[in-house]
Amino acid sequence: MDQLAWLPLHADLSAAIGEARRLTEPRARLAAAIRLSGYRRDFTLTGRIDRLAAEGLADPAAPGQQSPALTPLRLAILASHTVDHLVPSIRVSGLGRRLALSVHVAPYGLYRQALLGEDPDLAAFAPQLILLALDARDAPIDLPLEAAEAEVVAAVTARVEELRLLWRRARERYGAQVVQQTLVPADPPIFGSFEALVPAAPYAVTERLNTAIRAAAREDGVLLLDLAWMAARQGQAAGLADPVRWHQAKQLVSPILAPLYGDLLARVVMAVAGLSRKCLVLDLDNTIWGGVIGDDGLDGIKLGQGNATGEAFLAFQRYAAALGRRGVILAVCSKNTQEVAEEAFARHPEMVLKRGDIACFMANWNDKAGNLRQIARTLNIGLDSLVFVDDNPAEREIVRRELPEVAVPELPEDVANYPETVAAGGYFEAATFTADDAARNRSYVLNAERKAALDQATDLEGYLRSLAMTMTVKEVGAGELPRVTQLINKTNQFNLTTRRYTEVETERFSTDPETVMLSLRLRDRFGDNGLISVVIARPDAALAANELLIDTWLMSCRVLGRQVEQATLDVLARAAARKGATALIGEYRPTARNGMVAEHYARLGFAPLPAPAGAEPGATFWRYELGAAQTLTHFIEVEAA
Amino acid sequence: MTEAEIYSALTEVFQDVFDDDGITLTPKTTAADVPGWDSQAHVNLVVAAEVRFGVRFRTAELESLHDVGDFVQLIARKKEGR
Repeated sequence: MDQLAWLPLHADLSAAIGEARRLTEPRARLAAAIRLSGYRRDFTLTGRIDRLAAEGLADPAAPGQQSPALTPLRLAILASHTVDHLVPSIRVSGLGRRLALSVHVAPYGLYRQALLGEDPDLAAFAPQLILLALDARDAPIDLPLEAAEAEVVAAVTARVEELRLLWRRARERYGAQVVQQTLVPADPPIFGSFEALVPAAPYAVTERLNTAIRAAAREDGVLLLDLAWMAARQGQAAGLADPVRWHQAKQLVSPILAPLYGDLLARVVMAVAGLSRKCLVLDLDNTIWGGVIGDDGLDGIKLGQGNATGEAFLAFQRYAAALGRRGVILAVCSKNTQEVAEEAFARHPEMVLKRGDIACFMANWNDKAGNLRQIARTLNIGLDSLVFVDDNPAEREIVRRELPEVAVPELPEDVANYPETVAAGGYFEAATFTADDAARNRSYVLNAERKAALDQATDLEGYLRSLAMTMTVKEVGAGELPRVTQLINKTNQFNLTTRRYTEVETERFSTDPETVMLSLRLRDRFGDNGLISVVIARPDAALAANELLIDTWLMSCRVLGRQVEQATLDVLARAAARKGATALIGEYRPTARNGMVAEHYARLGFAPLPAPAGAEPGATFWRYELGAAQTLTHFIEVEAA
Repeated sequence: MTEAEIYSALTEVFQDVFDDDGITLTPKTTAADVPGWDSQAHVNLVVAAEVRFGVRFRTAELESLHDVGDFVQLIARKKEGR
């Protein structure tokens, strides 16, 4: 499989880069680089795109002014092998995944010194993410081949304990999210298939190390760049490690596969930044079943056991359903008559995907770009959260042209390769997985039912009362930190300040006695919406002692229009009063995505305030007195957890 | 493939790797003549040339390259040997 096979081919990418290079404005060249990063490219072209972007990226204001806006992040790479040749690919894939990455490479091989000793360059860089890029040749566990399993286990445990010390240092020193690269087996087998049965054989040791690294990473909140797994799956990663390049330049990863490596890493960073896509939109005819339901009818479409094509479509449906179970929202966008299309879901016995799995079902004869806009609106998510899968190259091209924010994977000819291609695109990379994620698609489906109830209700109050909503409020404790941190980092629209925090930082808030940090969950008669809102109010040096700054207030757009904001303010005001505060200070920091909450504080009855000294330009400030009895209308019952 | 064709194709490889259309190559061109031709760029050149010419250089062959003339001779030998 070609690396970056999910990206479309450009007719002449080299010429397009040459043309873009003649643009005089660095920002225009950056914009061109973002666009061109979305085409299939080898390492040389990728290097040229990187140069195209360089000057624009060096301007701190430029990333925010791009459309879509890029999120700036600082990534340090501490490696036991040469990585300099991978950096352009990391940055360019970053552009394609809406990141403006600054990359710092610590001196080759000195990763221990960088973390255990003093590294002024690294300290000055202040990394937000640290990748420990190690390889199997580094610090090998050198035991006699006949060593007993217990000796191997002890050696592996010692090595992983050393790594955990490095992880801890990276978190404590820099507050950085650590990403650990797993070890690609370096040596060819000496026993053949018997290899793994000899505990001290190099391959068996590396396997054991990787297993131990993964388990430790899970416990320590460290993310993986699971290169070993990617290399073992071969396919697109075939030839990842080339011994010639190792001996020539200590490159673990061949330059040929630099674009793939760069993308594997960029998508982990994307997940940390909360920029992973959220919704898989499926075409129907010849995408999830063979044939055209309108022409071939329920009995005529190819789906299910009995023939190879039907089984391949079934396998793709299974893959989509599995994505749904891990929290990807599923939607349908198809040129069909709605009733005919829905009938296939309701009545075809082999369908794996059920109508109840689809949160938004758009089957009509309108153009697909318009329908995709409608899907994003209905689900209250951005167009840049959508991945659209369609077998028809013409439809893919139109959608790419009309809606560049939507990811549209290039599909192979054979449906048997669809699941692999969608997976290879890495659109839905995760940085956490919680029970709320597993329930997410279901909750969007329930939301569609709520909307239907709203359409039937004659008045808003009656509708809100009929929902029988209960909000559960909790002071955030250790157990909730991963979910709360995840929500903080992925909420873009209903987010007053868009401050991103690592788990280390949220933990500090949760243990600070002066800070109020609340998590809110909402359930109603249709079901549980899960964690829907986080607020953090803390003292601030620029404010009076009895005032709390609302550092963070964010909410899932799933529960918009249900007066959750009013109920939240009620709860927050009471919690702040208990800390001895007499006023709450609200802050709104505008971004490209959060225009919907510009008037949030005004709507809740806050009074405008002049911005304090040192405030960010464009930010607005608001004051809410806690003493006066306030009445906020809402129909939500509030309970403390 | 004639030597002239190899020079022409190799020039394109250099222009792409260094993103500089102004590069021209002579047999005597060395790393000192091309800004940015460091050890990392050298590996990129070698790999880009392997892809462009459909050949694979041996570790030992890579150690004996001193100037562009050597590089072209090596490519010519490889292409002939196929």
